[in-house]
Amino acid sequence: MTSPLSRRALLSGLTVGAAGMLAGCDRLGRDEDFRKALFSAENMHKWLQRSLQDRDALAREFRPDQRSPFFRGNGTLNPGTPAYAALWRNGFVDWRLRVDGLVGRPLSLSLAQLQAMPQRVQTTRHDCVEGWSAIGTWRGVPLATVLDAAALSTRARYLVFHCMDDMGGGVDYYESIDLVDAFHPQTILALALNDALLPVRNGAPLRLRVERQLGYKHAKYLSRIEAVADLSAVRGGHGGFWEDVAGYDWYAGI
Amino acid sequence: MREEDDPAATAPSAPVKRHRLSTRLWHWTTALCVYVLFTSGLGIFNAHPRLYWGDYGANFDRPWLELARFGSAWTLPSTYDLALSRRWHLAFALVLAFALLAYMLWSLANRHVTRDLALRKADLRWATIRREIADHARLRFPRGAAALRYNVLQKASYIAVIFILLPVLTFTGLAMSPGMDAAWPWLTQFSGGRQSARSIHFIAAWLLFAFFLVHIVMVLLAGAGNGLRGMITGWYRVPEARPGDRDGEGERESAGEGRP
Repeated sequence: MTSPLSRRALLSGLTVGAAGMLAGCDRLGRDEDFRKALFSAENMHKWLQRSLQDRDALAREFRPDQRSPFFRGNGTLNPGTPAYAALWRNGFVDWRLRVDGLVGRPLSLSLAQLQAMPQRVQTTRHDCVEGWSAIGTWRGVPLATVLDAAALSTRARYLVFHCMDDMGGGVDYYESIDLVDAFHPQTILALALNDALLPVRNGAPLRLRVERQLGYKHAKYLSRIEAVADLSAVRGGHGGFWEDVAGYDWYAGI
Repeated sequence: MREEDDPAATAPSAPVKRHRLSTRLWHWTTALCVYVLFTSGLGIFNAHPRLYWGDYGANFDRPWLELARFGSAWTLPSTYDLALSRRWHLAFALVLAFALLAYMLWSLANRHVTRDLALRKADLRWATIRREIADHARLRFPRGAAALRYNVLQKASYIAVIFILLPVLTFTGLAMSPGMDAAWPWLTQFSGGRQSARSIHFIAAWLLFAFFLVHIVMVLLAGAGNGLRGMITGWYRVPEARPGDRDGEGERESAGEGRP
């Protein structure tokens, strides 16, 4: 071989190189400045998707016969706290959804009040960040209806969804969306899945559906919706439980 | 023995300009992206190492493929971290896709595609294909002017990677995005549903890995130093023609892509 490098040297070089690349990338992945650059791709994706989407472009809706045979739960399957168990035993008659923060008219809505409001029914695909998908039929109140009833302030930019499931150490799950998704026609507060009241594993008594984003945005076990002007002062400042503790993208459209 | 001391290596010809700057930049950008995307992709796959066909698929549905999680030597980061794998993957996906788009347009404009990659009638003659396969099987690599042209197997594999595999990976990747599903519903439907898109994405990634292995082996066998220098600096030393070698088909005068 006339090459200055022998094959064996190159092959072992490749192996060592691959290990070195991985170690180097691992180290880069812990570097604060590099993470900032890497994480900025989220904004690019958000900008690209929002540019390509109509503001009201709908996620695909399916026929009821295209549903998954079983709609699995994920994350918290039962909040399991004594308070939640007490609410559940009573059929959630004592449960209330508070709507507050930057609103003109704070609300406290019972399940019966939400059931009495106009409903939207949609059969959509739930896409988990882990890679699996399930199709189910959701029925619920468009979030826009509730926000209008609460007279959302013009200063509000985000809606924060506070949940009843304790993720450990008394820290409850939470998520947030901006006004583009809040007023999207398919963004609903779901009361029912597949023609029955929401099962506990899927977020009883009320969960968010925000169909153009991944599953972790669809907060379950809702107790409170808070309108805020920015997210930096809320909890860990990244707009959601997984965003705070694990570095998930806040914009989960991809 | 160092190359400079080897009379057989230095005697024949001065190096020629083989690869354009655009090709070299794209090649190494894509190489880096493919490395990051493949390893971070396996990290993402580990979150749910099952594949399905159709629109939906989850734990209680029947997968067509179920694997153990890939080990730490295969994934980026090396320890399981779905969020960070996604950050790597989705950042480098942008680089790969837009670099590919730019390279495609640029290569059409500067005629790299038509001059160097497009299959010609002579390439598609059965005798040519048979000879190329036989030459490859005997590890008999082209020398002389023929070494500056891509043979039919190279052309076919480069076209497959640039115009089929990488676009398929890009579009099936997009088809998995719930945001793109609302923006471009045809994309997911054309893929056969989100879970089919995920399966195709996985298969295409391994086809790309197979291409990578063959590509590396071929570069090693054909002369790694010369090949690497060609793709880094653009300059390539033409291997001396064997006595009695037919110099390709002699059909085309223009040889390397760097030639005017």
